Amino acid sequence: MHPDLSPATPRMSADSPDGSAIVLEDVRIGFEERDVLRGVSFSVARNETLALLGETASGKTLLLKIVAGLLRPDAGSVRVMGREVTSMTEHELLDFRRQMGFVFQEGALFDSLTVAENVAYRLREERLEEQEVQARVAETLRFVEMEDAAEKMPGELSGGMRRRVSIARALVTRPPIVLYDSPTAGLDPVTSQTILCLILRLRDVYGVTALLATQRMQDAFALANFRFTAESNTVVRMPPDRATPPGRANGAERPLTRFLFLRDGRTYFEGGPEDVAGTKDGYLQRFLV
Amino acid sequence: MPADRTLELSSRDRLNQRVKQIVLSVQEYTNLALESVVDVARTPFYLDDALYQMDIIGIGSLPIVMLTGFFIGAVMVLQTSAQFSRFGETALVGDVVAISIVRELGPSITSLLVAGRNSSGIASELGSMLVTEQVDAMRAMGTDPVKKLVTPRVLATTLMLPLLTAISDFIGLVGGYLISHFQLRLDPVQYWTRAIHALEFGDLVQGLVKPLIFGFILSSVGCYYGLSVRGGTQGVGRATTQAVVTASVLILVSNFFLTRFLLFIFP
Repeated sequence: MHPDLSPATPRMSADSPDGSAIVLEDVRIGFEERDVLRGVSFSVARNETLALLGETASGKTLLLKIVAGLLRPDAGSVRVMGREVTSMTEHELLDFRRQMGFVFQEGALFDSLTVAENVAYRLREERLEEQEVQARVAETLRFVEMEDAAEKMPGELSGGMRRRVSIARALVTRPPIVLYDSPTAGLDPVTSQTILCLILRLRDVYGVTALLATQRMQDAFALANFRFTAESNTVVRMPPDRATPPGRANGAERPLTRFLFLRDGRTYFEGGPEDVAGTKDGYLQRFLV
Repeated sequence: MPADRTLELSSRDRLNQRVKQIVLSVQEYTNLALESVVDVARTPFYLDDALYQMDIIGIGSLPIVMLTGFFIGAVMVLQTSAQFSRFGETALVGDVVAISIVRELGPSITSLLVAGRNSSGIASELGSMLVTEQVDAMRAMGTDPVKKLVTPRVLATTLMLPLLTAISDFIGLVGGYLISHFQLRLDPVQYWTRAIHALEFGDLVQGLVKPLIFGFILSSVGCYYGLSVRGGTQGVGRATTQAVVTASVLILVSNFFLTRFLLFIFP
């Protein structure tokens, strides 16, 4: 069973005046005289999923942290939900980040708190009534099918379970934007599928705008080729209908997923799954293999 | 010689880098310490975290502080009685034990012990949180890590250390009394009367202001090193050691200046 989350709190809008949820322009960052990002620009529309692909140390995680305001770029502009992140003070950023979910690569669960306390953390920070906190935690843990592990400590969980709890913690406040940092890295294929199903459900049922960093092309294709149907509670393959314009905003069924490849700190390629599947480019083909 | 010149330049560059690093560290530490103080007055208040830290730092350090306090008092009597007995003034051990423990040994040794126990604990705990991205996760969820992690620890240590010192002082006096009674056959009334009369208001102020400052130093240094960890688990180990060494050195150095200052106020 995949019990759905009730819309307990009205979701915040991911819209900016130009319709983009996330816009990066010429973002640059370097560490100790080494430039890691050398001018990356892209935008993510509302309800869109952008898969960030690139080799190890290509700056994918850095980009996610820059979008969340956890790192400040050396140059460039970062607008999220119409607000310029780079000019915010640390205290403004703390407020701003509450509107966003972040799933860290290794989960980054608080190891001194139980699973339920980890998921409840954000709600308790917002000083919600304990009764409501308990209800929402139970509901969110059911969503990620981890309700039996509520009292376990993170150290007792497997890698896949930790990611699921991390996803639960990120979505407990129903953020309109979720950033995933290599959510399937190091997981076996079956567990990876479970995680991808969760990401699909969040996207297709709740219309979450997502930025997903990954090295695994199959993850990106899974997001592009499959969708979750709430009616049958299953994940189904979408017809490869190029005539159907992607995007939910225009009423089409096909959710929009785009790929962005990073190389040497720059945007190497940006396009849809069909463009990537038919590519003859050597760098992109390395990911396809 | 070109080779020598290259060597000279690189040495100069290294020195330059090192000095910059030190200045940057001092700046970062000062910012963190100031922010932890300012955050005491800012909402949200993490009272539960502060109380939990008070339990860990205060109650947790109590056994070791009492044990060492007892033996410091006992050793003080052993050492001084040998000298005083030459003049037939063994009754003076009460004065010496009281003044030296309350003014100096109690605050310094308690602070050094708590630094060894808690600066390292704080640095390793925060360092582990940093390398496992828990601190970033906290920030990503809209929580200020300084307010949530640093302020409760600094507040708890600063408030607990004077209390621990007061207990250590008392246990030290008891240790001194037991030795003076069973070894020197000193009358209890004589020992305690001399010990209490030897202390003036300034001595008590000195003995309680010092641990207040030392508590702030050892906790903020622990937090600083914990939140500055670089290089994974190896970095956590390094930060732990550095935190204890730096906190201990800072306590001893600041003790000198603090003593000068307090002796100026309470001559």
